Amino acid sequence: MTELLVKNACVIDPLNRISMEIMDISIRDGRIVDSVSAAAEVIDTHGCLTLPGGIDSHSHVCGTKVNFGRYMSPEDMRAGRTPRSGKMHVTSGYYVPTTYGNSYRYSRMGYTTVLEGAMAPLEARHTHEEFTATPHQDMLANTLFDGNWAIMEAVRDRDVRRTAAIVAWTLSAVKGYSIKLTNPGGTEAWGWGEDLTSIHDLVPNFNVTPAEIITTMIQANELLHLPHSVHLHCNNLGKPGNYQTTLETFDLVPDNNNARQTLYATHAQFHSYGGTTWRDINSQAEEIARSVNAKPQIVMDMGQIMFGRTMTMTADGPMEFNLYCLHHNKWSNHDVELETGSGIIPVLYSKKSLVNCVMWAIGLELALLTRNPYQCLLATDNPNGAPFVKYPEIIGLLMSKRYRDEEFATLHDGTGQRTVVSSLDREMDWNEIAIMTRAGQAQALGITAQGKGHLGVGAEADIAIYPIRCRDVDPATEYRKVVEGFQKTMYTIKRGRVVARDGDVIVEGANNTFWVNPSVPDEFSVASDPEFVKKFEEYYTVRMSNYPVQDVYLPRGKCIRTEMNL
Amino acid sequence: MIVSDVVCPFCGCLCDDLELEVVGDRIVRVKNGCSLAEATFMNDTRLPAPIRRTTTGWEEISYDEAVKETADILKDADRPLLYGWSSTHGESQSVGVHIAERIGAVIDNTSTVCHGPSILAIQEVGHPGCTLGQVKNRADVIIYWGCNPTEAHPRHMSRYTTYATGFFVPDAHMERTVIVVDTRRNDTVNIADEFLQVEPGGDYAVLSALRAIVRGKELVIPQKVAGISKEQLIRVAGICKNAKFGAIFFGLGLTMSRGKYKNVRNAIELTDELNRHTKFVISPMRGHGNVYGSNEVFTWMTGYPFAVDFARGIAFYNPGETTAVDILRRGECDAALIVASDPGANFPRTAAAHLAKIPTVVIDPHVNATTALSRIHIPCTAAGIDAAGTAYRMDGVPIRLKKVIERGYPDDAVILKKIYDRLNGGWDHD
Repeated sequence: MTELLVKNACVIDPLNRISMEIMDISIRDGRIVDSVSAAAEVIDTHGCLTLPGGIDSHSHVCGTKVNFGRYMSPEDMRAGRTPRSGKMHVTSGYYVPTTYGNSYRYSRMGYTTVLEGAMAPLEARHTHEEFTATPHQDMLANTLFDGNWAIMEAVRDRDVRRTAAIVAWTLSAVKGYSIKLTNPGGTEAWGWGEDLTSIHDLVPNFNVTPAEIITTMIQANELLHLPHSVHLHCNNLGKPGNYQTTLETFDLVPDNNNARQTLYATHAQFHSYGGTTWRDINSQAEEIARSVNAKPQIVMDMGQIMFGRTMTMTADGPMEFNLYCLHHNKWSNHDVELETGSGIIPVLYSKKSLVNCVMWAIGLELALLTRNPYQCLLATDNPNGAPFVKYPEIIGLLMSKRYRDEEFATLHDGTGQRTVVSSLDREMDWNEIAIMTRAGQAQALGITAQGKGHLGVGAEADIAIYPIRCRDVDPATEYRKVVEGFQKTMYTIKRGRVVARDGDVIVEGANNTFWVNPSVPDEFSVASDPEFVKKFEEYYTVRMSNYPVQDVYLPRGKCIRTEMNL
Repeated sequence: MIVSDVVCPFCGCLCDDLELEVVGDRIVRVKNGCSLAEATFMNDTRLPAPIRRTTTGWEEISYDEAVKETADILKDADRPLLYGWSSTHGESQSVGVHIAERIGAVIDNTSTVCHGPSILAIQEVGHPGCTLGQVKNRADVIIYWGCNPTEAHPRHMSRYTTYATGFFVPDAHMERTVIVVDTRRNDTVNIADEFLQVEPGGDYAVLSALRAIVRGKELVIPQKVAGISKEQLIRVAGICKNAKFGAIFFGLGLTMSRGKYKNVRNAIELTDELNRHTKFVISPMRGHGNVYGSNEVFTWMTGYPFAVDFARGIAFYNPGETTAVDILRRGECDAALIVASDPGANFPRTAAAHLAKIPTVVIDPHVNATTALSRIHIPCTAAGIDAAGTAYRMDGVPIRLKKVIERGYPDDAVILKKIYDRLNGGWDHD
């Protein structure tokens, strides 16, 4: 039995409606309990800000395309490197760090759970290998279905149960957590070098539309009682005028779940552009936020960009090719048979670029215009908008109008005409930031039942203690203190054990990987369906028996079982 | 006993549809495999126990002794080199990186003498590729450039390209156009619809000419480019532009001939250019079964796919300086651990000669040319035969190698872990 007592903590725990209360937190064997014995180890925080461990509900940190981002970028590896020190391994990289680099830097910022934004099922084993080498965060994998042939055929046949059965088989085979759709249908079209331009375009050869894929997958998701909703990267990412597509997509979404959203719309910034070309691009964040404010069934994340160099990487292969044609930078592409695509190119977000300034403004506008912070979470689509180490600066920007104004003054002159950010007075409070970085993320991912995102009795003791005295700091004026405070915890506690102290990771990690195994009645199971098996064996290049990820790849896997609802 | 859906660990194709007949600890029959697979599974003669060189020959030693002496050699070294890794599983590669980090060694894999130049080109311009199933299901134009799959990757054409039935290419052999580019008339030429016989060292010029034609600048092309007629170049560029889905596969004929990584860069940029007209992909034909896995594991752990130098405490990478051949050729390295590869057979003579001068330890299931240069050889399991583990196919698809039989050898990952533990215990007592 191990016990820990965190004393004099200034706790913000939105899910338990605790806001800046000075209290003690008792921990036994990794969980929060009512009380501990006098023998418990004690950490006295002296009134410092204490939050549930940070959760990133959309980040690219592990797997085939992330690793290819590293592989092709020795220039980035040189841009951030640390030697072996204590329990910490060597790290390399700034915007696509090595797995240990990601893990230590997240841990230093108080993050204890991360969802990998896109895992191609065929390459899932790779993602899980890297999860094991990202030892200080519990990991979950969004599983890509956007160009899945079997799914598109089931959608074309309007067969929701079969769609659900294919999702169930795939998630359990590859040990995935949730349904991810990236440019649904578009990644299949990209197999021929084409893309779709609206959610009503037909996918070549499959005769389904993105709208049909999205709505059927939403139904299948709820039929399977998956903890998370469908996680959507909308069509037309990054194209001027795409906000129409985004609004149309949001209008498709029913309110089907009382516990959480029915659709998670990721990196909304990249989907909120007005105008018709790069010359007249403008912010349509108000339209997007208006739609989300009227639809409790939708949660989005910001997809904030921050200025500087980074790497874009996504399953959205055609988008990356368009970006390549704009930037003429090095371009990688990796289409995955029968499933999805992917692309990678490095970018520089510059204050001299009006387009980049508009993008910066849009992300902030979305957060500031969305009334309920549970509906707009803080993320950068790491590393697409910016590496996650920029989160503290984003927190500062959301909490301080003055900080925003100072930044705004350094941007391209034309930014004001295309955006509204400079007219927004809202300054977020500590509670709202706690929602956007942990409570809201846990609720959206459906992991509060796993003890994530809150500090109530029974919760997993994932705790971040920051060197910030929120009662003494005015974020509106002292935003530097806020930014610095969120960059480095005094203590990051993972499952009741101090893993990082004052920025250094001090133990070997032991993360969990959460995955979902939905059970489906035998009559719908595709594993024994001759048609499904035949197509699999004919068109994949691996045998169906070699496809599932073996248990050995999840040394600390935690399976969440669900039942298909007939 | 019949074991089905077995993965052949030999080459980068990692064919996973083999059927093996096993009697006790022996594989007696291989079905579906090529001749290389058959040799891999059937001619698996191992060294029975660890051996150490004596003044007159070799003596058998225990595994514990071998591990201790290896750890001592590495501990005493100022500039140790850990090389190879491409024929074992990722689990061993990962321990190898930990050892290198621990002792400040250089760790390198066989890419250094095969597709290292491809990696350098990719680091300059990226890599438009895909999994092999995309090619199988869609490609109507296949180009083999500077490689000879008939001999080196015998099932590449039947599983993934020319002869593979695909969803959109049901009549594969009739519907696919095959183009072969090589300096020699190799066996693959026999099935080619177009053969471009390039003068040795002329690949770069031919690629440049094709790029120019694809860009509509055919007027600048001379009547002959490195032995290829302008007429054929224009015809081939036309085939590529009119393809629905084209795939280029290239081998050491491109990476190791004059121009080296610039050849590959040019080929990638031709692919980029063709993507403005249609869909095109390009992929290296990786040799060793898990050489791509060594690139992957090195990359997520250190940031670099090969040639990683930990001497400064951080991971440092500078091919040409931190590559195994260069470190040996300069006589810089004073101890070497060779795992799952045979540099004795593949390295330039001066580099191999240096291995014989310094204490070199081999961990490999089989006796090979490097054994003759080494001080100690520790036999182990062979990944995919008597050890399970992860391997990455040439297109990045991770596949689990199976343990088909038990032969009583320790896994190389276990041997390496013991060496690592000794190095840890000997250095600090935490």
